[in-house]
Parts: sequence; structure tokens; C-alpha cells
Amino acid sequence: MNFTLLVTVVLTALLFVVIVVVLANLLAPRSYNKLKEEPYECGIPARGSQWGHYHLGYYLFAILFLMFDVETMFLFPWAVVAGSLGIQGLVAVLFFLFILILGLAYAWRKGALAWH
Amino acid sequence: MFDFSIVTKWFHSLLCGVMPEWTAIGIECLIVLLFIIVLYAILAIVLIYMERKVCAFFQCRIGPNRVGKWGLLQVFADVLKMLTKEIIKMRQSDRLLHDMAPYFVLAASFLTFACIPWNKGLEILDFNVGAFFFIAVSGIGVVGILLAGWASHSKYPIIGAMRSGAQLISYELSIGMTMLTVIMLCGTMQLSEIVQQQADYGWNIVRGHVPAVLAFIIYLIAGNAECNRGPFDLPEAESELTAGYHTEYSGMGFGFFYLAEYLNLFICSAMAATIFLGGWAPLMIPGLDGFNAVMAYIPGFVWFFAKAFFVVFLLMWIRWTFPRLRIDQLLSLEWKYLLPISMFNIILMALVVCLGLTL
Repeated sequence: MNFTLLVTVVLTALLFVVIVVVLANLLAPRSYNKLKEEPYECGIPARGSQWGHYHLGYYLFAILFLMFDVETMFLFPWAVVAGSLGIQGLVAVLFFLFILILGLAYAWRKGALAWH
Repeated sequence: MFDFSIVTKWFHSLLCGVMPEWTAIGIECLIVLLFIIVLYAILAIVLIYMERKVCAFFQCRIGPNRVGKWGLLQVFADVLKMLTKEIIKMRQSDRLLHDMAPYFVLAASFLTFACIPWNKGLEILDFNVGAFFFIAVSGIGVVGILLAGWASHSKYPIIGAMRSGAQLISYELSIGMTMLTVIMLCGTMQLSEIVQQQADYGWNIVRGHVPAVLAFIIYLIAGNAECNRGPFDLPEAESELTAGYHTEYSGMGFGFFYLAEYLNLFICSAMAATIFLGGWAPLMIPGLDGFNAVMAYIPGFVWFFAKAFFVVFLLMWIRWTFPRLRIDQLLSLEWKYLLPISMFNIILMALVVCLGLTL
């Protein structure tokens, strides 16, 4: 594990952004116009609150994602040793996967995957 | 196959001979930094030019051909234009988050970029949990995109960001599961080790036969969605959302998103090439010794780039062929088709590995 390189890569990204932003600020022209600061809305004056309502479905998928992502995370250590554990390990994980699929089937049945 | 780690080790001992070790490591880090930035910039230029030309040929057009010979300088002109554009500061936006969002997207892109094994012994971040690390850091990009949409304080960006967030997290599951099948086949998460095994025993897509091919197809679809491209470009559907989450970015702020999008395309393809198509491993056909000897002469990074750009071309082909999906179709494609199929695929691969049915 080489954490020096990890830090280097993060710093590279930071440096790249900083250099380009500074360069862009030096090169870019400036002119003040009150209308430029308005949020874009097809050229008409913006109406109402910009942070409006959006579909609840996005949250449902986010919650489902959380469930499945955490559970696939548990599969990674097994995947590395899957070959050496053999059939016994496979049966144990099949039970785990069965519960995972049951969860998906439950969400599907309950209509969480439908877009209302 | 030439082992590049000989060169890096020789360089390290050379530097350590004339200066203390910490300065040597400092200089090496500086070289790595320059290497990443230069390669990143070159790949961005190549990819943007390629995308425009490929798109043009698919649509029976010529594409950029005014700036320089065959329009080769078009990308440089674009970058120059973007740099000299006025940076518009929104009055109601959350300035700090608005400026930080491109950094998150680029940081995710750089970190995943650094995971790729370019050649034997030529990889920057080579953790023993490499594949896991790759999935983890690619998740940072979602944060950047959601921040960009939220901080813009405008209607189109927030709709684009919500769509993009839902899409990216959904398809991340399939990416994780297809990688899981490959990890199962190789028995390691270290990316350089995965490629080394493919050089020894044949490419994963051949070695894992049915489940590996299935995983490769699922990876291509999910990877295409992860890059916000092709039939899955809902977050920035021009006709309905102007430009999605980066509507309110001007000049280089937009440039960063643009850059990260193209590099993510390359990273996604490079990862497909690494885990399925053998990375830097040359094409070897058992029995044809003369052919294999010739193939082994071609340097590893040439093989790597050839495979990566082949997948890039495939993804561009998909992008310019299929019509855009609706958001509900997009999510049901992932949750009702790809996710169950990839779970089934994991079981199939586990059976293949446990029963020793690999080729």
C-alpha cells in the first residue's frame, strides 16, 4: 500500500484545478450586468423558488441502492477466496444471495421499482 | 513482456545515490504528478477529437476540418476559447459549493485514472484492494454532480443532478457486480495481478467463457451509463434540460465537467480492457508459436491502448446509434434486468470457479 502516491494523486487533482482556475481568472474578461447573475430559465425571468419539488422516486432508488451496495460489499471478501473455499463457501453465499434477491423481489412486489 | 518496474527501481536507486531518500521520493512524486497531468491532457485531446470525428462519420458528415489539417487543432482552439470565457458568478448560488463541485468530479476522475495499469510494472496506485478502491473512488464523482446541481440554485441543474445521481448510483451496482465476477475468477483484487494472470492463463473473457462474456456486456452497458453518455445521457438531455447539472457553469467550470466526462469514458473503457480483455497482455493463441512470438514483441502499453480505444470506439458507436431512454425506462433497465442478471451471473461464475470449469 503506497499512501505517498495516493496523496500525490489527490494533490495533482487539486493543483490542476487551482492552476486552471487561476489561469482562467487571469485571461477571462469581466463585465458587470445584473441580468447575467440570474439563474437560466429559457431567457424568461425566473419564476418561483429554484429549489423546487422533485420526484420522490429518486429517494426510493437511493435507499434501495444503499441496501444493495452495502450487501455487495460483503461479497467482495468472499469473491477473493471463492475458488479455494469451494462448494461449501458457495452454499453459504447462495443463502446470502437468496436473501438479497428476496429483498429485491419484495421491493419489486411493493412497487418501489415502478415510476409513479 | 518488458517489466517497467526495472526502470522505476533503477531510477529510484540512481536518485538515492546522489541525494537523501526523502528528496528522491519528492522528485519521483513530482514526476508522477507531471505524468498524470500530461497523459490526462493528451488523452482528453485525443478523445474529444475522436468523438467529434466518429460522430461526424456516423452521421455522414465530415466533422471539424477548418482549424489545422483535418481539424486537428480544433480541440486546442476549444480549450483556448473556454479559458478566455467570462466566469459568470450567480447571485443566489452557493458560491463555495458551486466552485468545489468540479473539483470533486475531477478528483474522482484523477483517482480512478491513477488505478489503471498501463504496462507491466507501470501503474501508479497499485493497492491489493485495487478493484474495490476503483469502485470506491469512482463514487466521489456522484457527490460532485449532486453538489453542482444543488449549488447552482436553478431549476434545470437540480433536475439534471437528481437524474444523474439516481442513474450513477443505480449503475454503480452493476459495475460492482461485474467486477465481482472477475475478482472471483482471478482470486485477487489487485489490478496488476489480475492482468498478470491474464497474461499467464489467457484473457478473462475467454477464460471465464459464458459468465465472463455476460459480465462484459453488462459492464459495457453500465459503464456507458456511468459516463452519462450514449442512450443514457438524460442528466444533460439538451432538448429538455439545456445542459443538465452544468447549465450554470461558464468557462472553465464547464470545461472541467467536459474534461471529466471524456476521461471517464476512457477510464471506463480502460477498466473494461484491464479486467476483461487482458490489459497489457498480448493476444496469444495456443498452438501458434510463431504468431505468439510476433505478438509478444509489441510493447504492453500499445496493447493496452489498442484495447482501450477499441472499447472507446464501441461506446461511441452505441452512443450515436441508439435513441435516448426515459428516466423510468433507464431505472427499470438497471433494477429489473441488469441487477437480477448480474446476480445470477455471480452464481454462475461461482459454480464455474468452484467446479473448475474455467478454460
